[in-house]
Order: sequence, then C-alpha cells, then structure tokens
Amino acid sequence: MPSMNNAAERVRRELLIRVIRGELDGTLDQEIDRIPIVMRPSDQPASRCCVYKDRAVLKYRLMGILGFGVEDETDEAKPLREYLAEARLRREPPREVLSVAPVACYGCIESHYVITNACRACFARPCTFSCPKQAITVGPKQAEIDHSKCIDCGKCTTVCPYKAIIRVPIPCEEACPTGAIRKDESGREWINFDTCISCGKCLKACPFSAVLERSQIIEVIRAMKEGRRVVAMVAPAIIGQFPATLEQLAEGLRMAGFSDMLEVASGAELTARNEAKEFFERMERGDHLMTSSCCPAYVEAVRKLIPEMKKFVSDTPSPMGYSGRLAKEQDPECVTVFIGPCVAKRKEACSDPNVDYVMTFEELGALFAAREINLGTLEGLKLKREADPYARGFGAGCGVTAAILHEMSGGEGQTPPRIDGKLINPLDRKNMRLLKLHALGKLPGNFLEVMACEGGCVGGPCALVDAEKGGAAVRKLAHEE
Amino acid sequence: MGNGSKLKVEICLGTTCFILGASELQDLAQYLEPELLDRVDIVGRTCLGFCKDRKFDGAPFVRLDERVVIERATVTRVTEKIKAMLKEKDAE
Ligand code: SF4
Ligand code: SF4
Ligand code: FES
Repeated sequence: MPSMNNAAERVRRELLIRVIRGELDGTLDQEIDRIPIVMRPSDQPASRCCVYKDRAVLKYRLMGILGFGVEDETDEAKPLREYLAEARLRREPPREVLSVAPVACYGCIESHYVITNACRACFARPCTFSCPKQAITVGPKQAEIDHSKCIDCGKCTTVCPYKAIIRVPIPCEEACPTGAIRKDESGREWINFDTCISCGKCLKACPFSAVLERSQIIEVIRAMKEGRRVVAMVAPAIIGQFPATLEQLAEGLRMAGFSDMLEVASGAELTARNEAKEFFERMERGDHLMTSSCCPAYVEAVRKLIPEMKKFVSDTPSPMGYSGRLAKEQDPECVTVFIGPCVAKRKEACSDPNVDYVMTFEELGALFAAREINLGTLEGLKLKREADPYARGFGAGCGVTAAILHEMSGGEGQTPPRIDGKLINPLDRKNMRLLKLHALGKLPGNFLEVMACEGGCVGGPCALVDAEKGGAAVRKLAHEE
Repeated sequence: MGNGSKLKVEICLGTTCFILGASELQDLAQYLEPELLDRVDIVGRTCLGFCKDRKFDGAPFVRLDERVVIERATVTRVTEKIKAMLKEKDAE
C-alpha cells in the first residue's frame, strides 16, 4: 500500500532539504522566512482551508526542524531567522523531542461514535434500548447521540440493522500506547510529557501531520562547518532504506560531511554478548525474567508506567550506547551522530554523554539530496564488514533474541539456562497490559524482547521505506554474511 | 518500435527522487492491472538528471517513452498517464 501520509511526508522532506541546503550555503538567514511563501504561492490551490493556514503550518514545521517546539513560541510574530540564530548557539539539544502544531491539528471529533445518514429512524430502534445511558433519541429523520451522555461504550454499533452507527477514531490517540496525547477543551491535542515515551507513533498516525519532530540538524551542520570529526553511527536498520549498498552509503556519508561511518551493528554485537552473559547471571540468581533494553521507548515506558518491570530490564547498554563509547574511545574529540529510524533514540541520547546528536534516516536522505549526492552512481568505499551477521539482525523483530541465542550457543563449557523467549511487538495498549502481567510472573517466558515499533526498528516512525521491505533487507544481509 | 512497441516507463531511483517519493513508485508493477502491465516496460534509473541545479521541487520524476516527463509522480498519476498514452498509441 502506498502510505497514506504521502503528501505530508513529501512536505516534511522538502522542508528539510531547503533548510539543510540553505544552512550549508550560508544563505538560510535570508531564505528561511520566505520558505512557507515559496512552497505555498498564493496562485496555487491550498491543501488546507487557505494558503495562509498552509503557511502557518509550514512555519511550525520549520520551527521543529530548527529544534523548537510549539511550547517555545512566546511571540507569534517572531521571525524564523531569530529562532535560527538561537538554534546555532544552542549547546544542548532539546530535551523534549515532539510537539503538536495547533494550527495543523484539525481537532478530530470529540466523541468516537457517530450516526451516519444510513440511519432510517426505524420503528424497532434497538440503539435506544442498547444504550446504557439513554444517550440516543430518534428524531423524525434520524437518530441522534447526545455526546454529553455518551460514554463511548460502542454497544449501539452492534445492534443497528443498517450498521448506521460507526466509530470514528482519533488517530493520534488511537496510536498512542500510553494515553499521553489528549485533547484540551478547545479540541486540540497536547502531549503530556509525564507519560509520553517518545515512541513517535502519533507522529506517524496523524493525517494532518500536526505532530512535529524537534530536529538537531542545525547542530550537526554546525559541527561539520566547524571542521570537527563527525562520526556517523548508522543503525542496523539502514540496510534497505536507500537504493544503495553499504559501501556506497559509506562514500555518500563521507561526501555529506561525515568523517567516518561506524556501523552500530558492531555495538549490537557487544550488546548481544553481554546481554547473554547477564541473562545467565540473572537466571542463576533465581530471577524469573529478563527483558531487552535496546528500545528506548520501551525503557521509558517501564520508567514512567510499569515500575513493576524495572528490576527485570537488562542493564546492558544498547547498541547505540556501545557504539558511542567505541567512537569516543578512539577519539574523544569526535562528534558522534546516531542515524536511525527512531524518535525515542533522541531521548536516550540526551542522557548518554557518548552520543552527541541523533538524526533520522529521513534527515539523512534530505542531506544527501541537499548536497546532490546520488548514491547509486558512487563506486563505494571498501569496508571491512566486520560486524557479526547476527548483530545486523537487531533492527528487525526477533533479531535480539536470535543474536543472544547465537551468543549462548557459543558455550563456555557451562550448560546455558533454558531460554523461553517471547517477542513483545509492537508496544500498544494490549501489550502494555501484558508486560505488567509478565512483571508479576503471571505469564510464561523468561526472556522478553520488547520493541515499540511494528516489526522492530525497521518499522520506526522515521524510516524511509515500509517495515516489510526494510525488514526483509535487514534479514537478508544478516543471513548472507 | 522494438520491444513489441511497449511503453517505456523510466522510474528515477536517484537519491533525491527516492526520498521525495520514488521509494513507493518502485512497486508500480504491483498496482498495474495485468493488461496494462503486459504493455509496459518498467525500468529503474539512477537519476534522470532533472533534479540538478537545485530543481528538486518536481521530484520524483518518471519518464514515459523518452518524451513525457511526469513531475511529482505518484502511482495514481503515473497509471493515469500510462493509460492515456496507450490509448493514443492504439488510435495511431
Ligand atoms: S510519542 Fe508515543 S507515547 Fe508520546 S504522545 Fe506520541 S504516541 Fe503517545
Ligand atoms: S523499536 Fe526501534 S525504532 Fe522503534 S522506538 Fe524502539 S528503538 Fe526506536
Ligand atoms: S534523482 Fe531523480 S532526477 Fe535526479
């Protein structure tokens, strides 16, 4: 299926290309406030109610690219070039990674249940009888729901012989595994950062593209312009994201301004090895459970919402953590940039001194386009390809368990404990409940691999190709080698 | 014309086109009805050259029969254009 968010995705990427190009050329100060006008000229049809609204949304999107949230807006008249000037001086990347643009949020309808015009105002009126709150009355033409009484139980939908009552979801709220994104009285959505786990599902779900990411691209370009050694730490999920080989990517990254490409798969190897060891130890001391810890959205979920699980989460650093450590050991002066499909990694990096910045595949693609680097025509750098094939599989569901099993089969003489692995994927409301039960020891299984995104990181919110294709590519490379 | 007079469909898979939407056009063949599929010859290209000199706005690009260039190509738009061009061909 071509993704529904096509138009929104395209706008997002076009904005990124324009900002990156301008910043590289040193002309962004003069251009940035004009971008919304250039992209939405008044002689072309608007995609929202009018071009002015379109432009207002673009302005917020640009603020996001500069690393600001809607919450940072104090004066609506403040021009983008002032935000840009602040972004260039910023020494710490923003701590919150998402925001919701008020003008873009359409304010999806309040109540989930709606009676459509398929209603015949029939004589039997089963809907009125099924409603436990007497919220439905039948007028001369059609039945109506009194939304102040409706409790969203959905009983009426099942009894209507015409199937006239439908459930209309609020896409972002529906996608959010923690209930962190909610409406205020005026109908617009806000994210409650006390329960938000930065999984980015709302970003992907909103058909109005109202959820914004706060980028760190300005900082990355600054480091490149300052002539620092900027190391690109690419997530295992990168395979299959671009029409190019790993060798071509390495060359493209160099042309884009990075000094080296470091495969996070090599960090994943260490994670797998040490996580296997940790699993032995924990089972030996009598724990009934251990869970993976490489998905930061899951780790946040435990920290904020499933405290029972805390003691079972592995303490082994994530592949990104190990890779950052490796890079800084080699050169403490280098600037490390993790590049992946993930929103939550930005959060994880905030508390990891070895990871300076995080970029998404989408932002990397925009950087290639801005620099007019055409990967397919490059010869490619010679790579050692030293990462363990199992470690490459980390980006797809079940990859972690497979890598650990592989480590365990290496056997150091001792008989490894029996591993009863379960994959918890994606992180949705149902799986949040399951995790609670696992923590309380009410479900079978002693190792849980938890990944917030459908299909694993390849299904991350900022992936360029769909999870199925990306996953197939990751698994293929993992097996080829 | 060679190739049994099939309509040539060149999909640009250069990096710019790819990230601006061509990643989905790759699967064009899956969306074409079998009758249409029989009459086209789909090839991927690394950069058709239209994105150069900072004119990326039109990406992704698709070129039909070496003469018609579709800007901001989507599966739907390409399919429509293919149908129209095949009809023209039939009329000739
Ligand atoms: S990022 Fe995830 S947890 Fe946070 S509001 Fe969005 S969907 Fe909910
Ligand atoms: S599954 Fe992967 S991409 Fe998704 S939130 Fe977790 S670490 Fe990030
Ligand atoms: S990348 Fe498509 S025309 Fe250059």
